[in-house]
Amino acid sequence: MSDEFEDDFSGEIKRFMFVNRKAPHGTIYALESLEVVLISAAFDQDVSLAFLDDGVFQLRKGQNANVLEMKNFAPTYRALEGYDIEKLYVERESLEARGMTADDLVVPVEVVDRARMAELMADQDVVMSF
Amino acid sequence: MLHTVNKSPLQTNDLASCLGHLGTDGRLLMIEDGVYGALSGTEATRQLAGPAGEGRVYVLGPDLEARGVDAGTVADGVQVVDYAGFVQLVVDHGPHQAWV
Repeated sequence: MSDEFEDDFSGEIKRFMFVNRKAPHGTIYALESLEVVLISAAFDQDVSLAFLDDGVFQLRKGQNANVLEMKNFAPTYRALEGYDIEKLYVERESLEARGMTADDLVVPVEVVDRARMAELMADQDVVMSF
Repeated sequence: MLHTVNKSPLQTNDLASCLGHLGTDGRLLMIEDGVYGALSGTEATRQLAGPAGEGRVYVLGPDLEARGVDAGTVADGVQVVDYAGFVQLVVDHGPHQAWV
């Protein structure tokens, strides 16, 4: 049984993109996305993260959700590299609309324009939205 | 009257709608994800510049800090309050309407 399961999982590597469009603390979406991303690291797939619209706020420097007695998960984005999750794409237009630049973010990212983001999305096997 | 907005101005139309109903004497307090309305240099802060200039716009400090927005960098005229300040606004300017 377990051998069969292993065989099923030894197939081709798929391209997974996690699309993050929500601000980090007003809803549970951002934290849930991060949990699923960390789980996905165990499956050796081709994982990328996209941050657009209010999702770019998830990566903003200086967050301290502890003052709300909530989990302060922003530093966890810096740990993704250790799980071989290194493709973080942030939409330029979304940053600009919020008065932000890549310098305002907690991790190094690839800033892409909206057209490039659309191409990246279209290029995936699986897109999961949060 | 005291109005509160708890959604990001870039995600919903709540802030703009609230501002349209603020009148000449209403007060606005931005809380939770609404505090992104206080980010300087954005379309939202242009929309609220009028009432902010009249000292009628507030933002909740702990919600700013949680989201990495330095209280010293909020848009001109927007006043930062703590939880006690929130209560005082309700006392001074009630009734309260939440634009949820």
